[in-house]
Amino acid sequence: MSSILPASVLAQGGGVWFPAQASSFGPEVDWIFHFILWLSVFFFVLIVGLMTYFVIKYRRRSEDEPAPVGPTHNQKLEVTWTVIPTILVGFIFWFGFEGYMDMRVAPRDATQIQVKAKTWVWTFVYPGGQVSDVLYLQKDKDYQFIMSSADVLHSMYVPAFRLKYDVVPGRYTTAWVRPTELGEYNLFCAEYCGKDHSRMNTKTVVLEPDAFEAQLKKLAEVGSPIEYGRRLYDGRGGCKACHSLDGSAVSGGGPSFKDLYVRERTTNPGGTFKADDNYVRESILKPQAKVVEGYPPVMPAPAGLSDTDVDALVQFVRHASEVGPVAGTADDPAAKGDQGGGGGGDAKDGQGGQEGGGR
Amino acid sequence: MTSITVPGSTAIERPEHGRGEDYLNCDKGWRSWLLTLDHKRIGVMYMIAITFNFFLGGIMALLVRAELWTHAPGPITTDGVIYNNLFTLHGAIMVFLVIIPSIPAVLGNFVLPIMLGAKDVAFPRVNLMSFHLYMVGTIMLVMAILTGGLDTGWTFYTPYSSVLSSSSVVMAVMGAFILGFSSIFTGLNFIVTIHKMRPKGMGYFRMPLFLWSIYATALIQILATPVLGITLLLLTVERALGFGIFDPKLGGDPVLFQHFFWFYSHPAVYIMILPGMGVISELISTFSRRHIFGYRFIAYSSIMIAVFGFLVWGHHMFTSGQSELVTAIFSALTFSVSIPSAIKVFNWVATLYKGSISLASPMLYALSFLFLFGIGGLTGLFLGALATDMHLHDTYFVVAHFHYVMMGSALVAFIGGIHYWWPKMFGRMFNDRIARLCAIGVFVGFNLTFFPQFLAGTQGMPRRYHEYKPEFEGYMRWSTIGAFVLGISLFVAFYNLFSTLRKEKDAPDNPWGGATLEWTVSSPPPHHNFDSEPTIYDPYALDAVVWNPETRSFEHKKDAGLLEESGEGAEHA
Repeated sequence: MSSILPASVLAQGGGVWFPAQASSFGPEVDWIFHFILWLSVFFFVLIVGLMTYFVIKYRRRSEDEPAPVGPTHNQKLEVTWTVIPTILVGFIFWFGFEGYMDMRVAPRDATQIQVKAKTWVWTFVYPGGQVSDVLYLQKDKDYQFIMSSADVLHSMYVPAFRLKYDVVPGRYTTAWVRPTELGEYNLFCAEYCGKDHSRMNTKTVVLEPDAFEAQLKKLAEVGSPIEYGRRLYDGRGGCKACHSLDGSAVSGGGPSFKDLYVRERTTNPGGTFKADDNYVRESILKPQAKVVEGYPPVMPAPAGLSDTDVDALVQFVRHASEVGPVAGTADDPAAKGDQGGGGGGDAKDGQGGQEGGGR
Repeated sequence: MTSITVPGSTAIERPEHGRGEDYLNCDKGWRSWLLTLDHKRIGVMYMIAITFNFFLGGIMALLVRAELWTHAPGPITTDGVIYNNLFTLHGAIMVFLVIIPSIPAVLGNFVLPIMLGAKDVAFPRVNLMSFHLYMVGTIMLVMAILTGGLDTGWTFYTPYSSVLSSSSVVMAVMGAFILGFSSIFTGLNFIVTIHKMRPKGMGYFRMPLFLWSIYATALIQILATPVLGITLLLLTVERALGFGIFDPKLGGDPVLFQHFFWFYSHPAVYIMILPGMGVISELISTFSRRHIFGYRFIAYSSIMIAVFGFLVWGHHMFTSGQSELVTAIFSALTFSVSIPSAIKVFNWVATLYKGSISLASPMLYALSFLFLFGIGGLTGLFLGALATDMHLHDTYFVVAHFHYVMMGSALVAFIGGIHYWWPKMFGRMFNDRIARLCAIGVFVGFNLTFFPQFLAGTQGMPRRYHEYKPEFEGYMRWSTIGAFVLGISLFVAFYNLFSTLRKEKDAPDNPWGGATLEWTVSSPPPHHNFDSEPTIYDPYALDAVVWNPETRSFEHKKDAGLLEESGEGAEHA
């Protein structure tokens, strides 16, 4: 529990206003912010100072004080206080515009990372095919993000990078960044996206080149299908937000996986039957094909799941239904960053395919 | 609607009212209220409905703030959907049911015709219909809460609202659609009334500035609100019938919705703040006993805000994926709208110069407005500048900024205005000592609530978060403490006003020394506003109004402060 004083923020290397700068945008954004801040402080002190002074100096001393007669207008003065702010906001616009163009135009040789958003998980796909739910970046390298959403609006926000851009379904949006400081930083969804909007967070980790390469290798390792399926369930598969493993209901979510293969279910369309592997596979790939009665048809279509991923998920769901859940990974948020999130081998090509597909 | 015979209308033909009869007691029974054509009674009914909705929205706000006491879910709810409902309903109620109608529908309805020396607005039956539509819209929004809630955010962004949300979106959206018509009819009525019913001698530049601001507001209401109506209809068609307009899976474009929505909702920000600025012009002038400084600049700046307000909607979408060129143009235009607001602030401060300043409760609210609008307006600069907005967009910085403008400015002006005109509306003085304490409580509570949110925002806390990182807990706790100080102060302030209804009428005709026409009639005003041909005074000739210790009221000096029919600004159009 933190105290009333936000000391914990300051302890992380930030100032009163901003968290620590970790990208090349930091100095520029913070400089413009402070320029506007001191300009605003000047005008605010001027307005409130004069107001306070007048209220004290010209306070009414008796009920029948005659109404004073003073100037009713002053053209020169009024034109002055129109023109000066106009010039000043012109400067603010220009500085903001310059900084913005730097943020929007990516260097030509930037490494491209695909950012896939769906309710309520982030997935990052590297050029080598590695897939991760934590954004690992190498220090002092340029990255361009090619962002897409599987369902509703999201927005990728890394405060330490001063970077935010919306992820829009039906089109690609882009952003770029050059991380300049090693460390682990928050990555938030900033555009409201429903039930677990506030849980659609992950980390971005800036590493030295060696550590970064080692991390990419680690991402390609898969493990047993059931363990791997569990990692997908907790992480970038996004199942956990709506489907429990212990039979408990999730408000606004879907049916639990407990006893999924045992109990009869009624779906629309589809009728009444017991779940099997093919039903689970279909429900992952085409969520709206057979919706269990009593639940809204709100499950999003999968984003960035390979065949290997789907196979592992089906095996995990059967295991969870019949035997019970395997050891979880994401219950301890601190462990999430270290063990490489969901990990995973997208079996399309590259390293991930070579190493992950060998099973 | 016009074909219905309204029982209350018979009162209009009644030739004379007896002594001591006013608009409150000239007719009795609920029909004489619900079917009245009297602008004053309609204004009072709006006030009761809006006050009720204000507390409903306020309770939602307190639940949100209490929930955010801890970074983990709880203590109010561990269910994300319930939290999302709370902040959505807080926003939707406060925007559509409270702030947009507040000053025009309550204070505008009550004082606008009297300020013009008129008997009523131009279309009394349309005015009544506006109120009935407001009630229908309110009931539909409340029905939406009861039948499935609403969890889309007050902005109804697609495709979440049209596809994913399982709440009562259609019911709520149709409610907002109907409320839009209420707003349009009110605006239309005021425009016609101001054009056609000004008395002889009162040219446009001799009107009280409150009327200029209501006029500018009404322009926005009738030009922008239809776009909201169409947008909400399109959303309904997509959600209910599956037409692809905004959902990319059906071939639509979600960013298009944002353009449509903000094309209304940005001008709507000025629907909310312009009337507040009008109230402040009246309060500062009256309580300084000074002619308003720079009348023409203030009047023109209202119109400039209304016009520029239509050109800046894209600044809500700097990170939305709209093109860089469009984004840069919207940023430049956004700064243009800051200038007329700055002009007004400087002119208000200059009005205080060499005044005779009273610190009665309405003036405390007016001075709070200057302070809070100063912060609200200046923090807009950070959001209009592109580089800083990339960081601040959709964080608590934005939440703090618009609360300083919407609540700290628009609603504080409304509450100040209610205190100012309360003796006129009900003929009863409230306890000004309690009112002043409440005004200070509102000021302190408000700043305690919202200033820490600026810091949470620059530190990177996104808005609409049910659970959040522990490092933001400190800011959130200050904010929650402030919200309860604010809530209690507001409750006591309103109780202090409404409790006067139990006592005898004791208010003089002009307790504060205002020079506008409503202060020349009795408190409360007679049914027809003026029993004889009104004398038209200059609204800012404060030196013509003098204190009469016998009646404990201000009165116009004989033949002083009259509006001459000739001279600059007196021309009729």
